[in-house]
Amino acid sequence: MPPVKFSGDGRKAKNPKKTLGRLLGYLKPYRKVMIVVVVCILLTSVAQVAGSKSLEYIVEDFIRPMIGQSNPDFAPLIRFLFGMACVYLVGMVSSFLYNWLMVKVGQGTQKKIRDDMFTHMQTLPIRYFDTHPVGDLMSRYTSDIDTLRQMISQSIPQCISSIVTLVVVFLAMLITSPILTAVVIFTAFGILLVTKTVAAKSARFFVGQQRALGAVNGFVEEMIHGQRVVKVFCHEEASKEQFDVINEELRANACTAGSFSNMMGPVNNNLGYLQYTILAIIGGLLAIASGETLISLGGLASFMLLSRSFNMPIGQVSNQINAIVMALAGAERIFELMDQEPETDNGYVTLVNASIDENGVITECPEHTGHWAWKHPHQADGTVTYTELKGDITMYNVDFGYVPEKTVLHDISLYATPGQKIAFVGATGAGKTTITNLINRF
Amino acid sequence: MIKRLARCIREYKWAALLSPICMVGEVAMEVLIPMVMAALIDRGIEVGDMSVVVKQGGLLALLSVCSLCFGVASAFLGSYASTGFARNLRHDMFYRVQTFDFSNIDKFSTSSIVTRLTSDVANLQMTFQMLIRMAFRCPVMLVLALVMAFRISPKLCVVYCIVLPLLAVVLFILIRMVRTIFDRVFRTYDKLNNVVQENLHGIRVVKSFVREDKECEKFTTVSDQIYRDFVKAERIMSVNNPAMQFAVYTCMIVISYLGAKLVIQSGNNEALGLTTGQLTSMFTYTSQILMGLMMLSMVFVMVTMSRAPLRRTHEILVEEPELHNPEAPVTEVADGSIDFDNVSFRYSKTADRDALSGVNLHIASGQTVGILGATGSSKSTLVQLIPRLYDVTEGSVKVGGVDVRDYDIESLRNAVSMVLQKNVLFSGTIKDNLRWGSPDATDEEMIRACRLACADDFIRTFPDGYDTRIEQGGTNVSGGQKQRLCIARALLKKPKILILDDSTSAVDTRTDAMIRKAFAEEIPDTTKLIIAQRVASVQDADLILVMDGGRVAAQGTHAELLKTSSIYREVYESQAKGGDEACPR
Repeated sequence: MPPVKFSGDGRKAKNPKKTLGRLLGYLKPYRKVMIVVVVCILLTSVAQVAGSKSLEYIVEDFIRPMIGQSNPDFAPLIRFLFGMACVYLVGMVSSFLYNWLMVKVGQGTQKKIRDDMFTHMQTLPIRYFDTHPVGDLMSRYTSDIDTLRQMISQSIPQCISSIVTLVVVFLAMLITSPILTAVVIFTAFGILLVTKTVAAKSARFFVGQQRALGAVNGFVEEMIHGQRVVKVFCHEEASKEQFDVINEELRANACTAGSFSNMMGPVNNNLGYLQYTILAIIGGLLAIASGETLISLGGLASFMLLSRSFNMPIGQVSNQINAIVMALAGAERIFELMDQEPETDNGYVTLVNASIDENGVITECPEHTGHWAWKHPHQADGTVTYTELKGDITMYNVDFGYVPEKTVLHDISLYATPGQKIAFVGATGAGKTTITNLINRF
Repeated sequence: MIKRLARCIREYKWAALLSPICMVGEVAMEVLIPMVMAALIDRGIEVGDMSVVVKQGGLLALLSVCSLCFGVASAFLGSYASTGFARNLRHDMFYRVQTFDFSNIDKFSTSSIVTRLTSDVANLQMTFQMLIRMAFRCPVMLVLALVMAFRISPKLCVVYCIVLPLLAVVLFILIRMVRTIFDRVFRTYDKLNNVVQENLHGIRVVKSFVREDKECEKFTTVSDQIYRDFVKAERIMSVNNPAMQFAVYTCMIVISYLGAKLVIQSGNNEALGLTTGQLTSMFTYTSQILMGLMMLSMVFVMVTMSRAPLRRTHEILVEEPELHNPEAPVTEVADGSIDFDNVSFRYSKTADRDALSGVNLHIASGQTVGILGATGSSKSTLVQLIPRLYDVTEGSVKVGGVDVRDYDIESLRNAVSMVLQKNVLFSGTIKDNLRWGSPDATDEEMIRACRLACADDFIRTFPDGYDTRIEQGGTNVSGGQKQRLCIARALLKKPKILILDDSTSAVDTRTDAMIRKAFAEEIPDTTKLIIAQRVASVQDADLILVMDGGRVAAQGTHAELLKTSSIYREVYESQAKGGDEACPR
């Protein structure tokens, strides 16, 4: 992973669904690959679930019957194990395949977005660069793209795999015992509620952490870049005092935010164990009270194991949700840049290499001659005129303001003949640079 | 290296120690729990004994509450210790940077220092937290699970002895292969960010010269490099998961077979061999063991990736400034006289020639001195020696009759006020910025300083006046306004010596003249050194120095120099007469 640079102000994405849709659009060229990837994830998850289910299958259907037999026949067990090995092999190959394929998808998408962003940025008018600080634009290239990459290459496959496992386990549980499945769902909701409450409480600290981090990073950048001035004015002590204040603020916020995010794992796990206990007691009571008609003891045992596989994916998905939310906020900032209007270039007069013969007739030529001409294709009748590049500039009654409310140039008319040297003099802020900015169409 | 950074743990030591202990507690619970779960199934559900179910269930609930407590404690402690460590590290590094001289800053470059204080510290924080949590959890889990598995059936553990080392070797090879690629990728990322920053700062240049396509090409080339390297590295790492699964599945199958045999042969009797419940526990322990190994490998990866940040932060922490206060420093600066006695200076010991050589100057207190010279003639170098921003290589610089090396640095710099070539204002109000010169400056003193610098007029045109906020980098004031604010700031120090390094370049000639007149009238006792490009700025000076190639080519008044110095004459004529004869059509 490249050097981590947290920045941004912790804003949440304003329109996550739309952004997600647009992001998925970037995956379009990898359509076929993605289908293979999804299939592979499916196979891997199925293999994993089959693997855990098979364990009690082995115990129930092979070992138990053979207990007490004088000359047990291991052949069916061996055949079954061989079958399992094949399933496992398929699972492994699929896992490798989808990891391998997703690498190109993840990195390729990231590269495409990076390149698109930069290429588009080059077309933007100067006004955009004047109104957006450098650090803000930089962070889109660094931290925003990185959270995106994490989302595409890790969070999304993890989510798909967790959801698939969840569905398969759910079906298996349903087949084994609908009643107990209901109990599991009920308790799972309870766990989710607790997790959501914890996450909601911690969200406040996460935003605080991002803000404090922005403050510290901003202060460090400003002070270090101006370190020479600090030295000349012996401002070190004041600088240190200011730093200590924001440093401590960052620590406090980060500590709480970190604690909450660390806690999610243990909380999920242990609530899962409690769920297990509840299941055991209720299931046991059901089995015994109904005389094993509602559920057999063996079935209960295998159901318990299944329920363990149900809890884990839920925890994994809730972990990834956080990463996805952050990534979408970053993606939104990136798309905002890409949606900016580029400089309007509706011009149809181009500059071409030209050769001029003795009569003054200008012809266009491909090689570099040291002479240039304006090639003007007339829209009306399709003819083309060539005008030699000479450098005469005329301004007719020009009014201009950087912002619409404040006009800086009033009714400027001037004419510069080719070869003239014109000087603009005036006090600071009179508009000298503004005039030259207009010639270049900045 | 580690020892120096470990010092940053300081008051968080007990948290850093308790966290792994809690981790161990949590893991112990996690290993005991499968045992209880197995007992619950074996002796409770299998035989339909509800009392056992309830008893074991209760035990399970108790253990999981314990595990939760340990888990939450460890979560908090881990975060507390690691964020505290990061805070101390940042603190130490920032304080250390504040002691740096110009030469130390030159050595590292400001953007590198910023990266080390931000990204590198963030990286080390994550690694530290991982070390006091994961790095304890994994081996403990590994060992405990192995012990439990061994207790159930030593025979089955033979499988582990074969599979585990194999897996470890595979992971080790993968990490080695990936390490060099990741190192390279980090450096390429720096290159990419450089291209973006350059373009963001110089967009006007790019557009003026229609170089957008070329810049895009530059970018996409670097982007492509990153893509190829990352793909290679991640593809190598994609072997990770399947390798792990292979290990798990192999163990499961072998244990299934051998375990089945044991159970059947012993007739599901624990004393003789193995029960089905125990076999199920074996499966759980297997996945725990392999999970532990997997996470351990991740810890190794993270630690490897922290090698570079570790080295970089350490470099800052051990960097010693070259300039020190002497044993018994002089704190009073008598007056503003300056003497250069046979001074030579070079920026670094390995430079091939002197930046300054054989400089002899005697400036009386209160004089106005102008310094002229072509770009690169070491004008700035000369004046930077006076407030002791660098130390001379040979000879000595004296201020107020005392060698600058004998002064207390802070006292010296309070008496010698300098306006640098690069004018930097900081975010805050105008008043905040002015107070850098003197923290207890009254409003009248500030207004007076601004009037001297001809800044008072434009400040009053702002709606908030002196309380106007300056944004980062001073982007909301023009170049000329920034310069004048910087001059006012320097004046507030009430210095004995005032140095202006090309500080009126963005100011028009009339304002320049007004500032110089104000200096002459209001602060006649302050020695003023003015580096300028225009002869007009220094014409009325008591003494003018003409610099050329690191030497003082000529010194004297305007009239004297016109007679004696050809360089001065040329510069004066080209500027005064407007260059008609100088540049023929």
